[in-house]
Amino acid sequence: MRPPMSQRLLALALVLPALLTILLFFVAPLGASVTGAFSLDGDFTLSNFGKSFELYSSDILFTLCIAGLSTGVIGALAVSIGGYLTLGENPLAVAVLRWLYRWPLFIPFIVVGQILRTFLARNGLMNNILIAGGLLTPLQTTSFLDWRGIVIAFVWKQTPFVALLVAGAMASVDRGTLEAARNLGASRLRILLEILLPQVYTTLAVGLILSFVTMMSVLSVPLMINAQSPTMLTADIAFRINAYGDYGVANALGLISLLMTAGAAAIYLRHAARERAR
Amino acid sequence: MTGLSARGARGAGQVADALRWVPRTFGLALLAFVIFGPLANLVLWAFAEKWYVPHVLPLQYGFEFWGRVFAPRGGALVSLGNSVTIAVLTVIAALALAVPAGYALARLRLPLRGLVLVVFLIPQAFPNLPVYVNIARVFYEIGLNGTMTGVVLVHVTHSSVYAVWIATAAFAAVDPELEQAARTVGASALRAFVDVTLPLALPGLAAAGIFVFLESLDEFTGSYFVGAPDVMTLPLLLYTAGAGGNYQIASITALLLMIPSILFMLCVERFLRADVLARVGR
Repeated sequence: MRPPMSQRLLALALVLPALLTILLFFVAPLGASVTGAFSLDGDFTLSNFGKSFELYSSDILFTLCIAGLSTGVIGALAVSIGGYLTLGENPLAVAVLRWLYRWPLFIPFIVVGQILRTFLARNGLMNNILIAGGLLTPLQTTSFLDWRGIVIAFVWKQTPFVALLVAGAMASVDRGTLEAARNLGASRLRILLEILLPQVYTTLAVGLILSFVTMMSVLSVPLMINAQSPTMLTADIAFRINAYGDYGVANALGLISLLMTAGAAAIYLRHAARERAR
Repeated sequence: MTGLSARGARGAGQVADALRWVPRTFGLALLAFVIFGPLANLVLWAFAEKWYVPHVLPLQYGFEFWGRVFAPRGGALVSLGNSVTIAVLTVIAALALAVPAGYALARLRLPLRGLVLVVFLIPQAFPNLPVYVNIARVFYEIGLNGTMTGVVLVHVTHSSVYAVWIATAAFAAVDPELEQAARTVGASALRAFVDVTLPLALPGLAAAGIFVFLESLDEFTGSYFVGAPDVMTLPLLLYTAGAGGNYQIASITALLLMIPSILFMLCVERFLRADVLARVGR
């Protein structure tokens, strides 16, 4: 039975205000950023891209490497944490890990940037503790406030999010299969990689893509940890706007970062399609 | 004899069990250091009055910088006021949009329901910096740049996915037969919603509200382009203080921002019950 027309109209009317907010304040400016990338003084041009590649090609590569590396590390750590929470045999160790890993989850990026800027500096607490512990001499210390600082900040902040999703998905995997594999003598590492991981693959991929997008959007971390060249595209976009009011190049750089995330999503979709075809 | 060897085997098992605590303890301690080291560092900075090389820990602790932050000219009280006002307005606006939308998505037959749910994900699925840049440009032309309204609009858009998705899950978790029962005894549709469904969905809606509140409180990029320098929020104050090298003030601001987040992290499961959580995004 089709629902009466009035009910469908009511449903539409209830959703419409929220929908319009998104269209007006997100989708429309997103479109403006795409058209703005191809426009200079009102004319269609590709010069914004020429200038972007000329000035920022090393930053484009840098951004891709940082976001890619961070995503890989986050994925590996999240699977390890989720795996231990699911397969760990000691209830106390599992409980401690469950309590421990979530702390950075709701800490804002701007706070993460501030915390790690002081922690990872050459004279920061980390090096001080390593020196006091006899692991380093004062001459061996280096500042981690370069690409490593950005990767550490992203991994620190995003791993709990992906681990939470992955652990949730792993918890709903049939325990019988896991115990059967265990009884047949499979090691826990093998169970994790060959039974658990394939079943939570979609959840892991969704978590990693959302993290990748987040890392491509975060402005505070690159500004606070490493604003010198090479840096992330987000810092370049902010610089183009604040220093020159150059919306053309800023939008072109924005479109390039959009294409990178689209690329990440496409890799996932192709992989997912191949998995389904099997 | 056999008893003795069995006891020996049990002893060996206990030793093996105890040995397993070596890597376990090492791993957990390393993780604790990685997580709490930076956090402890922040707390130290917030209370340090004298701290310079080569001292591992601050030389002198105190509240001097707290006094400076909260002095009328410190800017923290204004920023805190702005941040809380913006966050409260954002929650009100986001819930005003999300409660009807969530109800329709959970209960009514909506054409293209899946697509509508995905639309709310868009602000999280695209890098939002280019969007803020362009929205700031439009807001500047229509006089919304540098106003609270402008910042609230940006925050509402950004947090809509939490608001709508959690509200939808909250309504979906309420048994529809309760509302039908109220209708059969003569309650109007609105009355049944207000008296039956809404109170039952309230914990989930509260969770949505808290999510939105935190998102707004912590939001930096949108406020940076749309609000600064006229509307200073706590994240903007933190950024400015840090950029000026004033780590004590930056750390105190960071601590203020972190407390509500950690409180929520510790009690999130009380608000977001499993039956609601399982329905998010469905």
